Amino acid sequence: MPESVVRIALVFPALLGTYGDGGNASVLAQRLRWRGHAAEVIDVDVDAALPAQADVYVLGGGEDTAQTLAVSRLAAGALARAAAAGKPVFAVCAGFQILGETFLDGRGEVHRGLGLIDCRTDRLDGPRAVGELLVSSPYGVLTGYENHGGRTVLGPGAAPLGTVDAGIGNGDAGVDGAVQGSVVATYLHGPALARNPALADHLLAAVVGDLAPIDDREEEELRRERLAAVRKAKRAPWRRQWRPSARS
Amino acid sequence: MTTRFALARAAGAAAAGLSRLTGRGGGTTIGGRVTLLVDPDALAQAALGRELALVSGTNGKTTTRTFLVAALRTRGPVVSNAGGANLPTGLTAALTADRTSKVGVLEVDEPFLPRVAAAVSPRAIVLLNLSRDQLDRYAEVRRLAGIWREALDGRAVTVVANADDPLVAWAASAARDVVWVGAGQGWTYDSTSCPACGDVLQRDAAGGWRSATCGLTRPEPDWSVDGDTIVDPSGARHVVQLSLPGQINVGNAALAAAAAGVWGVEPAAALAAMAAIPSVEGRYLETHYRGRPVRLLLAKNPAGWTETLRMSRPGVPVVVAVNARAADGRDPSWLWDVPFEGLQGRHAIATGERSRDVAVRLRYAGVDHVRVDDAAAALAAAHGSGPVEILANYTAFQTYRKVLRDA
Repeated sequence: MPESVVRIALVFPALLGTYGDGGNASVLAQRLRWRGHAAEVIDVDVDAALPAQADVYVLGGGEDTAQTLAVSRLAAGALARAAAAGKPVFAVCAGFQILGETFLDGRGEVHRGLGLIDCRTDRLDGPRAVGELLVSSPYGVLTGYENHGGRTVLGPGAAPLGTVDAGIGNGDAGVDGAVQGSVVATYLHGPALARNPALADHLLAAVVGDLAPIDDREEEELRRERLAAVRKAKRAPWRRQWRPSARS
Repeated sequence: MTTRFALARAAGAAAAGLSRLTGRGGGTTIGGRVTLLVDPDALAQAALGRELALVSGTNGKTTTRTFLVAALRTRGPVVSNAGGANLPTGLTAALTADRTSKVGVLEVDEPFLPRVAAAVSPRAIVLLNLSRDQLDRYAEVRRLAGIWREALDGRAVTVVANADDPLVAWAASAARDVVWVGAGQGWTYDSTSCPACGDVLQRDAAGGWRSATCGLTRPEPDWSVDGDTIVDPSGARHVVQLSLPGQINVGNAALAAAAAGVWGVEPAAALAAMAAIPSVEGRYLETHYRGRPVRLLLAKNPAGWTETLRMSRPGVPVVVAVNARAADGRDPSWLWDVPFEGLQGRHAIATGERSRDVAVRLRYAGVDHVRVDDAAAALAAAHGSGPVEILANYTAFQTYRKVLRDA
């Protein structure tokens, strides 16, 4: 068992935290603590430099303006160096898009991404992809919720995280997410690592080695419920973006 | 009044009556829908000859509307969409059901504000706050601020706006006549970047904010809030003793008092009328269930939950009830934006249609909990025999109102 504290950097939660993805960092930290490892989540402020000494880097989803701001603050290269050093980087939605070669902002202008993943993001042909997403992956069937207007096309340097069973995912080639070296990316919110503990443990194993099993009965119950709900719904491929519903 | 509108109104009333008679519902929405089907211009027609205030924002619409109605009723009858049906159908139904009141207060669902404002030409628009909510439906919060800004641009209306919320301030600053209220902002995670230029906003400890790039700055408030004291534009200080809990509601009272001022209601009279309100359509309701004191709190999104957890009474067992229907938002990922760690040391019961999501969230938050499907059984599962609190999101809250009513 390592003596040192495992540091999980949550990158710009104030910009890339719109869809609850900050939970991914909490999940990683708790799953280490439950196994007797010391773990710490570092919330990286927008005005702060990205810590070079972290062991895992987590990025979440965010709005268009936040996304371009985030990429400008990451241009210094600390994240690229972490990835090159083989440290796990886990990115969701907008966080995924900015790690690619290019992405679009809200006005349709093309921006350079950080180039950690061989992919390019433009717009989905149809309306925004909003709904449950199921992805068959080496870590089991991944469950989550997607909410994005981007279509991400992978280049030869990146492998998909898995194939889409239900929902849209990347919106290209029937796949979701990307894996390139130690970088793992997806469109799954939920948060992804709370819904899919096997994926969380895959990321952690790269840091601390073999992991003892833990009691995931509550997660398994949640997973069963979501898988059953999605398969039952046989949801339409595209959902309408504006669904008025009265409430106060 | 046009013949078509008269016909539409009669048809809507008939549909609403039929709906109530057959026990299908309160009839508000169906009545409004039928009226609008017969006359698409019915909302504008029903608003003719009235002076209306619209209230919109992510959190506090119903409470602020109720405050403002109480303040304006010190002067005479007021029509309002009690019950909270806040889409054009519900607004049409409310206005057609009351033909005599010359003054009205309507709470309006955020994306519908432009359409409703264009139809009813309100005298005042009250803008509370904007933060993440029902993202499956709204997609992005900033986009909402943008459509508000467009709708207010150059419109002849008095806007009463929360100066502390950058998204609201940016939207309202397009209007010609704005009364600024420093109502507070408890949740800042959706306004990290400037809504105008996208740069990071600089904030200070006093609640001030500013973009160094484009210069957008917190407007100097005409009304301000200092703890339990509201300072009006004349500088007079009013200590408010609301029956409703929470600092957020002092801010809501300030916004309502500022709006009541548009009708000439004195601040002291307006605030006195708000002070006595014990609960708002079940929100903050204190009652008993099988001999145990129960308090019912509504929270719909991370900003609301964070605020509600602050009001929650330490040590008391707590039922956390969450659904994910259309009106709640289909994606409960937001549970992870809420600091449930604050419930550590208390007994929690996860319930609602998404109780499994709640249970996993509580597990990672280190909160001792059980999961119970049935709403009444969940309440009964709370440890001990003392007080219990229920924190519920929108449709789960409606379920508990019924459970408590039927007890």
